[in-house]
Amino acid sequence: MSINKHKANINISTNTTSSTNINNNNKTVKKLLLVVVAMFGFGFALVPLYDVFCDITGLNGKTNDTAVAYTASSVDKTRTVKVQFITRNAKGIPWEFEPVINEINVHPGEMKLVSFYAKNNASHDIVGQAVPSVSPGLAANYFHKIECFCFTQQPLSAGKDIEMSLQFYVDLELPTDINTLTLSYTLYDITEKSS
Amino acid sequence: MTTDTLDNASTADSHHDSFGDNHDHKMTGIKRWLYTTNHKDIGTLYLWFAFIMFLTGGALAMVIRAELFQPGLQLVEPDFFNQLTTVHGLVMVFGAIMPAFTGFANWMLPMMLGAPDMALPRMNNWSFWILPFAFAILLGSFFMESGAPNFGWTFYAPLSTTYSNGSTAFFVFAVHIMGISSIMGAINIVVTIMNMRAPGMTYMKMPLFVWTFFITAYLLIAVMPVLAGVVTMLLTDTYFGTSFFDAAGGGDPVMFQHIFWFFGHPEVYIMILPAFGIVSTTIPAFSRKRLFGYSSMVYATSSIALLSFIVWAHHMFTTGMPLFGELFFMYCTMLIAVPTGVKVFNWVATMWRGSLTFETPMLFSIAFVILFTIGGFSGLMLAMTPVDFQYHDTYFVVAHFHYVLVTGSLFSIYAGAYFWLPKWTGHMYNDTLSKWHFWCSLISVNLLFFPMHFLGLAGMPRRIPDYALQFADFNKWVSIGGFAFGLSQLIFLAVVIKCIRGGEKAPAKPWDGAIGLEWTVASPAPYHTFSTPPSQQDIDNADQHGH
Repeated sequence: MSINKHKANINISTNTTSSTNINNNNKTVKKLLLVVVAMFGFGFALVPLYDVFCDITGLNGKTNDTAVAYTASSVDKTRTVKVQFITRNAKGIPWEFEPVINEINVHPGEMKLVSFYAKNNASHDIVGQAVPSVSPGLAANYFHKIECFCFTQQPLSAGKDIEMSLQFYVDLELPTDINTLTLSYTLYDITEKSS
Repeated sequence: MTTDTLDNASTADSHHDSFGDNHDHKMTGIKRWLYTTNHKDIGTLYLWFAFIMFLTGGALAMVIRAELFQPGLQLVEPDFFNQLTTVHGLVMVFGAIMPAFTGFANWMLPMMLGAPDMALPRMNNWSFWILPFAFAILLGSFFMESGAPNFGWTFYAPLSTTYSNGSTAFFVFAVHIMGISSIMGAINIVVTIMNMRAPGMTYMKMPLFVWTFFITAYLLIAVMPVLAGVVTMLLTDTYFGTSFFDAAGGGDPVMFQHIFWFFGHPEVYIMILPAFGIVSTTIPAFSRKRLFGYSSMVYATSSIALLSFIVWAHHMFTTGMPLFGELFFMYCTMLIAVPTGVKVFNWVATMWRGSLTFETPMLFSIAFVILFTIGGFSGLMLAMTPVDFQYHDTYFVVAHFHYVLVTGSLFSIYAGAYFWLPKWTGHMYNDTLSKWHFWCSLISVNLLFFPMHFLGLAGMPRRIPDYALQFADFNKWVSIGGFAFGLSQLIFLAVVIKCIRGGEKAPAKPWDGAIGLEWTVASPAPYHTFSTPPSQQDIDNADQHGH
């Protein structure tokens, strides 16, 4: 058996012995394992890819999570958009949490200030975090928050309450078929994670 | 390609030298099965394991159907009902259908390729023997304080994280082991097909059966790691404070669905492509014709596999996707009907003007073609975004995927089992009993699943232990069909046991229209086959192309 001669020629694949066949098998297995590892990594890579994709397209209704400056050039008084506010408590957070006003009419480009009321009904201190979402999702990129309590965590001592403010404006470019925006806040208990 | 196959000219010859010591003698008793590296032994283990899991998953379904026999809560608590549906799905997908196909691959691929064994026999042993542990963990969780997984086989976050009953860790570890087993099995299949083909067997001379397993194995290698990734994220979200799917920490539960279905949709083709391979073997045999359109079958199978990667979000039309996304996924999904239609056309064209006989494998194959097509059509209906909003999460979906998985995948497994039982056992099966099995299954399976279409269209949601009164009559019939179908499968068990124990002696080739290298060896297939590769003449005779 001319193993050595053929080992040199594996790439052009002229093996005539079982040991070169095993070499071939090992090579194929290594390539396939590489695919397995790459696909495992790809699964995790989908996480940032998803975020970037949603960020660019605004598909999942996520609004800006840091403050933006007011940049509208004018106020479009010919259009009125209704902005509705809803709140929801995630599992296990014993707070009262609601908007002070349920809805407001705004002109695109017009800055508005609204507040949300929160009260910690528990007998211990809790850190809350409100996570916003805009519906319809495509409008998320046209809803700009200049100041929002959701940018930071909200520590609230037992029994204390607070009014939290949200300052926003709706972009002049908001597609004309959208006349109502719903801004939803879900409040989470993140006491454990923040400590 | 040519050199590749020439390579193996002496591979099989010299194979004995390198592996001889593993194969020369069989051990006896339990050790034979624990230590075996023989592809036929491992194939047998996979097939029995799959059948046991099938009966286990079936038993869970019987309890589900008993609860749904009439409205109101009679037998089980809603939470336990959720555990039943979840584990039923997981057991049937990962424990019954997939291992059954791996069993077919192990038994048949080396014989069809003229190879002495699978390429990686020791890994083959491992990939089987870790499976029982995975299912011991999964089924064992029924007896834990927390109960079994109750969040559906799709384990959507946050059901499986924030709202989990505490079974998430068991579930994740079980899935990890199943995934490792599948990946090892798939690597073995790919390496075997690429490196172990007999000299003279080019890729386009391989039986279509081999092609479908080749493509399926690639799909497994591509998506099982993604499943492993997503369950790992689930685990760390639940127990280690990460926030992949938790909005409170900046994650997104909808992203779970994207990653899951990126695995999940190719997964459904993993469960049907081998079925295509089996009926593409049986239908020509009992039509006494070559397979119509062999090459188009290969290309159609590949197209289905490729398209399966870009249709996942059709499971998520109601999550609030933008119109463009819905249209994209709708049209891509509908596109899959084209290669699938090619296949159904080819099977029918193979039968056209053939000399048909209706042995049990053929009966199951014809039933497969008709009933799988019905399942395909309901899939096409579900693909249409506007109407999907009505069908989503109803019994219409349940009807759809049971038509493709039970009357599709499972019926093909029965077709293949009856087709090769003589080769496996050396005996012919009891024809009368097998016909009983077929007709009882055919009638009961339609009684079981067909009314579900109407229940779904009328608005009955899936995964509920109780339902509105207007659904009562149909559910009663569905349950009766379910019990009948469950009992009918015991006939198959009887057929197999009888066939192993004895029966009419099977000739090397019991089906006169069958082609394929496996019929050139004796029945039962000797423990070692193709220690010397088959002749070019035999390979050419086994070519599925028409000549």
